Amino acid sequence: MSIRVNDTEVPPPDDARVSLLDLLREHLHLTGTKKGCDQGACGACTVLLDGNRVLSCLTLAVQAEGREVRTIEGLAGANGELHVLQRAFVERDGLQCGYCTPGQICSAIAMAEELRRGDPSYVTPDIAAGPAAVTREEIRERMSGNLCRCGAHNGIVEAIELMLAETAA
Amino acid sequence: MTPLRYVRAADKVDALARVSSGARCLGGGTNLVDLLRQNVEQASELVDISRLHGAIQERDDGGLFIDASVTNAALAAHPLVRRRYPVLARALLAGASAQIRNMATVGGNILQRTRCTYFYDVDGARCNKRQPGAGCDAREGFNRYHAILGASDQCVATHPSDMCVALAMLDAVVHLSGASGDRSVPLADFHVPPGATPQVETVLLPGELITGVELPPPTDAMVRSDYRKVRDRSSYAFALVSVAGGLALAEGRVREARIALGGVAAKPWRARRAEAALIGVAPQSDAFVAAIREELADARPLSGNGFKIGLVERTVVAVLTALAGARA
Ligand SMILES: Cc1cc2nc3c(=O)[nH]c(=O)nc-3n(C[C@H](O)[C@H](O)[C@H](O)COP(=O)(O)OP(=O)(O)OC[C@H]3O[C@@H](n4cnc5c(N)ncnc54)[C@H](O)[C@@H]3O)c2cc1C
Ligand code: FES
Ligand code: FES
Repeated sequence: MSIRVNDTEVPPPDDARVSLLDLLREHLHLTGTKKGCDQGACGACTVLLDGNRVLSCLTLAVQAEGREVRTIEGLAGANGELHVLQRAFVERDGLQCGYCTPGQICSAIAMAEELRRGDPSYVTPDIAAGPAAVTREEIRERMSGNLCRCGAHNGIVEAIELMLAETAA
Repeated sequence: MTPLRYVRAADKVDALARVSSGARCLGGGTNLVDLLRQNVEQASELVDISRLHGAIQERDDGGLFIDASVTNAALAAHPLVRRRYPVLARALLAGASAQIRNMATVGGNILQRTRCTYFYDVDGARCNKRQPGAGCDAREGFNRYHAILGASDQCVATHPSDMCVALAMLDAVVHLSGASGDRSVPLADFHVPPGATPQVETVLLPGELITGVELPPPTDAMVRSDYRKVRDRSSYAFALVSVAGGLALAEGRVREARIALGGVAAKPWRARRAEAALIGVAPQSDAFVAAIREELADARPLSGNGFKIGLVERTVVAVLTALAGARA
């Protein structure tokens, strides 16, 4: 079974030990996805697997067989037009060094979908009802799996708010 | 990591046959892949059960049966869990990050290993859990995150799961399948204290699989329940201590109390002594303090974690006070 990466079928690695992150970076040269810690602690390696955000460093590439992987390289439109969140990151200065950015962006795109579904978070006051309003506290909690060592968090949260506002309209 | 074979289980029977012949079960891989990569654990074959149909089914009696391969994210988002067992949803959402919860399974969460740094430090530290008889560097070392209840001279590690604390509070039952048939064990008895054999962490036998977890029909204190986690940063960190609490009142008195503690022992700690002390009392902070002090009477803090006694006390009082004030 192949793995579908940004709309292209790729064969799984022969060695089952290869992580999805190393498959992307070392085998496919899709170096947009970053390796921060390689142990699940930073979120820099976040990609979308069948639309859900996951950590590619803790996923074996073979676990993605028959599934669809989307990385930062696969977000722009066919004519190169940036994804609405990519544009928002530029507009709101959601980055400094940029190392965490691909992970932040993939993560936030899936987070928007989780919010749309009404999934609660740890800080949602009424777990049964789900989030009533998308507060900054909600965004920060939902994005806590993505660290930014430059401290660009205020811009990141603002970029996400801009995307949510634009896509709600 | 040493070379290994990877297979996807065709069905439960296939998974069981492979595990019986020495393969390791792979759920989301969020703990096992890391442990293999760091050489804390070894495996020659992984059998991936994450794609076996994972359902959450309502039972005729109003309880739930949760397949082992259900993800932490799916369980936390399930409407019946959120409505009838809010403590479980909140505990799941307190754990790890959204990315990890999307991968992590119920079975893997139960069987995740301790986060003791000496357990992870293969080259630099002694650990009786990793290498029986080697010694324990945590006892006199950095033990801020370690146990205050039920530990032994050999091991002071804690079980890191948030989900399991809620499951212990809810009287959840773990369903197991092995070569000699099926059996079930209460979650509260599934993990065992370290004693002289800290490498033995659960009652799971070699070759056995976790097939699912059963929740009993919800009682009033399960429905009126919550989970609070205290940590060194406000999110994406393991618990220093955590509290799963549930309370039901009748005529201004406590009729049913449920309390379980996380971050204090090698297992999720069901605080039965405190629960018993609360029955029939007025739901006020002095009664809550007295009850949790009974539970903590046997606590044995280490050099770096004496603060946990006061922290557990205050967190229990905060959780129960909020539940007592909540509208029924
Ligand atoms: C950075 C980070 C932060 C984290 N923070 C938290 C936290 O705050 N709170 C928390 O609770 N957890 C936390 N976790 C741990 C996380 O919850 C676990 O890694 C996860 O639940 C394990 O599930 P899995 O399916 O990925 O297990 P796997 O890694 O696939 O497996 C774990 C173990 O379970 C065994 N196994 C899996 N399924 C079965 C089965 N059905 N039958 C028998 N054996 C089985 C495997 O063989 C292995 O030994 C964190 C993890 C990381 C990496
Ligand atoms: S590289 Fe995957 S979480 Fe840090
Ligand atoms: S922008 Fe540098 S790590 Fe986030």
